[in-house]
Amino acid sequence: MPQPIRLKDHEKDARLVKRRVLVGGVVIILLTCVLIMRMYYLQVIQYEHHSTLAENNRIHVQPIPPTRGLIFDRNGVIIADNRPSFSLTVTRERAGDWPSVLDAVVEVLELSEDDRALFERRVRQGRRPFEPVPILFELSEEQIARIAVNQFRLPGVEVAAQLVRHYPQQEHFAHSVGYVGRINEQELKRLDPTDYAGTHHIGKTGIERFYEDELHGEVGYEEVETNARGRVLRVLNRVDPKPGKDIVLSLDVHLQEAAENALGGRRGAVVAIDPNNGEVLAMVSQPSFDPNPFVTGISFKAYGELRDSIDQPLYNRVLRGLYPPGSTIKPMVAVAGLDAGVVTPQTRVFDPGFYQLPNHSHKYRNWNRSGDGWVDLNLAIARSNDTYFYDLAHKMGVDRMHDYMSRFGLGQRVALDMFEETAGLMPSRDWKRARYRQPWYPGETLILGIGQGYMQTTPLQLAQATALMATRGKWIRPHLAKSVDGRLPVDPNPMPDIVLRDPKFWEYGIRAMEDVLHGARGTARKVGDSSVYRIAGKSGTAQVVAIKQGEKYDRNKVQERHRDHALFVGFAPANNPQIAVAVMVENGESGSGVAAPVVKQVMDAWLLDKETGQLKAEFALPQTAEVSQR
Amino acid sequence: MRRRASLLQRMHIDGWLLLLLLILGAGSLFILYSASGKNVDLLLKQASSFGIGMLAVVVIAQFDPRFMARWVPLAYVAGVALLMAVEVMGHTAMGATRWINIPGVIRFQPSELMKIIMPMTVAWYLSRHNLPPRFKHIVISLAMIGVPFVLILKQPDLGTSLLVLASGAFVVFMAGLQWRWIVGAAAAVVPIAIGMWYFVMHDYQKRRVLTFLNPESDPLGAGWNIIQSKAAIGSGGVLGKGWLLGTQSHLDFLPESHTDFIIAVLAEEFGLVGVCLLLLLYLLLLARGLVITAQAQTLFGKLLAGALTMTFFVYVFVNIGMVSGLLPVVGVPLPFISYGGTHLVTLLSGFGVLMAIHTHRKWIAQV
Repeated sequence: MPQPIRLKDHEKDARLVKRRVLVGGVVIILLTCVLIMRMYYLQVIQYEHHSTLAENNRIHVQPIPPTRGLIFDRNGVIIADNRPSFSLTVTRERAGDWPSVLDAVVEVLELSEDDRALFERRVRQGRRPFEPVPILFELSEEQIARIAVNQFRLPGVEVAAQLVRHYPQQEHFAHSVGYVGRINEQELKRLDPTDYAGTHHIGKTGIERFYEDELHGEVGYEEVETNARGRVLRVLNRVDPKPGKDIVLSLDVHLQEAAENALGGRRGAVVAIDPNNGEVLAMVSQPSFDPNPFVTGISFKAYGELRDSIDQPLYNRVLRGLYPPGSTIKPMVAVAGLDAGVVTPQTRVFDPGFYQLPNHSHKYRNWNRSGDGWVDLNLAIARSNDTYFYDLAHKMGVDRMHDYMSRFGLGQRVALDMFEETAGLMPSRDWKRARYRQPWYPGETLILGIGQGYMQTTPLQLAQATALMATRGKWIRPHLAKSVDGRLPVDPNPMPDIVLRDPKFWEYGIRAMEDVLHGARGTARKVGDSSVYRIAGKSGTAQVVAIKQGEKYDRNKVQERHRDHALFVGFAPANNPQIAVAVMVENGESGSGVAAPVVKQVMDAWLLDKETGQLKAEFALPQTAEVSQR
Repeated sequence: MRRRASLLQRMHIDGWLLLLLLILGAGSLFILYSASGKNVDLLLKQASSFGIGMLAVVVIAQFDPRFMARWVPLAYVAGVALLMAVEVMGHTAMGATRWINIPGVIRFQPSELMKIIMPMTVAWYLSRHNLPPRFKHIVISLAMIGVPFVLILKQPDLGTSLLVLASGAFVVFMAGLQWRWIVGAAAAVVPIAIGMWYFVMHDYQKRRVLTFLNPESDPLGAGWNIIQSKAAIGSGGVLGKGWLLGTQSHLDFLPESHTDFIIAVLAEEFGLVGVCLLLLLYLLLLARGLVITAQAQTLFGKLLAGALTMTFFVYVFVNIGMVSGLLPVVGVPLPFISYGGTHLVTLLSGFGVLMAIHTHRKWIAQV
């Protein structure tokens, strides 16, 4: 290329490049301004937003679960406490290849494939990163030792201690105190997520459930600084949790034990109430179960055995067992008859062994087929005469019957703080129309009078109705908690007292109940004769109508299980009631023969001085008062 | 004055560039100490990389640009060959094949070499013809750029391939590429982008783009980085939280806090003031680069110096733009500040070339 042209090109090129440099410079400055504007936008205009974001990133609030309130019996014996329990946790992020770590855990602890599968499910449920997930609870000393020895090949596996509910009385209070269990999905939805943030257990049944709010306490928290993966770097602030409130129950471990012994291994229920204040002194449903495995997670097999047992240990017979009350309600029916004015204490009915409605051929039989002859109210109760009560019920009619019996608490929940209680059934015309689309038949009224037919009551209702006899109609809802954190439980929905036209009507009923045990012709006079104090009581039988699910297992057993349930209710001392007891013995057949001795044993345990075998001084009325009472 | 300047002159060192590079190098270590969580080992590594890079600056400055130009075609062929070698026998790390590994001897990324070779090659080619380049020359230039671009893109390394592309394209721009073609190319981007979206891009790539447009849509996945870096920058405010006091970076919320996202650490700890100060240093470097471009005596020198300067700005703009959420996230380090030896040495080598162009100009003019 010739030299001159090249020189000329060179200058032209230089001018061109200079222009491009200028353009480049301008673009660079413009784009730099864009960057500065962006930074200005983020750092000045959006400063608040971003600093909040950054602060939220940094500070995490970690919940500290409160310790659950303790539960004592009335004497201060502990019924539910908290025990340190060791569980095995896995932190996925630290375990690296965690499935193989789980394999190692299974191998070290010599567990089964099923456990392995369970662990894997639990680990997968882990929520936040770096959150340890408990996979195995209630480690034994040996298991802890094995983990410690093999720690080097178990990265991310730790033994963690936490307080876990424990029931030292085991099966003795499973049905009243209940138990706590792991919070499930459903509960998670209705719980306050903040308050339960660190809590794994919640009351599932009984007192534990009813007083959950009081027992749980308030969650505390720690403000911790964490990095992006949730690893705690330091604690910035701590607010201690408020422990749950302690609850003192009205239950008495000694009386409970006596009641269980009195049942003597038979299936049944015992409730003892102090009629003066509604305190439940003993509450037994036999057989029972140990609630402790439920706390840490009962195995499917163990649960299956409890659930499928023919003896139904999980079934709370006191609160959920529904039985026709049988003759046990005759004293209440009698009082109702007096108050309604359909009978007087002197009214007599002739019993030929059956009762017939006018213009009806059907014979309603007395339990004593040969008949008791002329029967008045007192004898009708003492002898448990059915014919008299057919007549009384017929005269009273179903509407008044329903009204009076409801006032005694039948057909409704009576307890203040018992979660599982069922209402039972006190039938009425309306109920029958709604339930069966049928009118009420007169014959159905008659059998109501002897506590049969549609009526369904729980042992607790019977105990409460008996307590109402003892207090002459003064209503106090039975309750298990004597005090919550030192305060008495308050009844938000008190029942109206039963006020009769003449208070003397009560005395006729009670006198007759005393005659059941102490009268010449009383059905339970054998029991009454051996008593150092006077008992007012009433026997009853509940017909077993429903065929139990256990039928297919053992025919002999099923036959036995078709027998009537034996019932007995009573209170004592008759002139100064301190305890009202209802007993139901499943398939016990004879109320006065089988259930009455149980009632007496429970009363003895409560009322008698162990040293002297005499009535405790505080329960005996001054002699003069006793005389004037008569 | 002649005598005083003569020491630096005889050593072929540009005082302005040297001063700015030293300031940025020192500042880098200062920020890196905080960003790395007070990791002294890392700091020493970076310091030694910086030393090697400065040595490279001084050594490269000794070479006459015309001497460089002579070897450029060979370097280009060698560079492309190495990129192909990576394709065949490269070392894979983190899902990408970018390295050539000669065990015990050296492990390096040929794509880094290409960042310097690319503008040199195009500058060499275009400087042999009259400006502005004719259509034929532009097509050939684009082909020269395209081959390494595609090879690096396949590794895959979007960030580096774009930088290599830019470094070549800026030469064409400096050479006076007609505006109508620039506008035409820009206009073509839109239909090409639409076509790519429907026919070429994989779902995961589309997702990435969507995440860029709305990072909050995937706050725990791909959007996490950008949300956290914006929070870091924004929470710095005007004056910053102070050195070593940035919570975002020190508590691991900020990903890659000592490499690509280090500007967020700077912005969090030194605030808007710190960012502006850094940008000022960059602008001074860029100004010096543009002065060198304007004063360069040979066409090769002019084109090369201009391209190197503007590519440097692309680093700055793309990095800060992506960390602050203006641009999609592509792996582009912040010049001098981000941790990384290879990147730092390559970058400083570029400034060595600039220095060589500047310090040899008088001598060239005299000849």
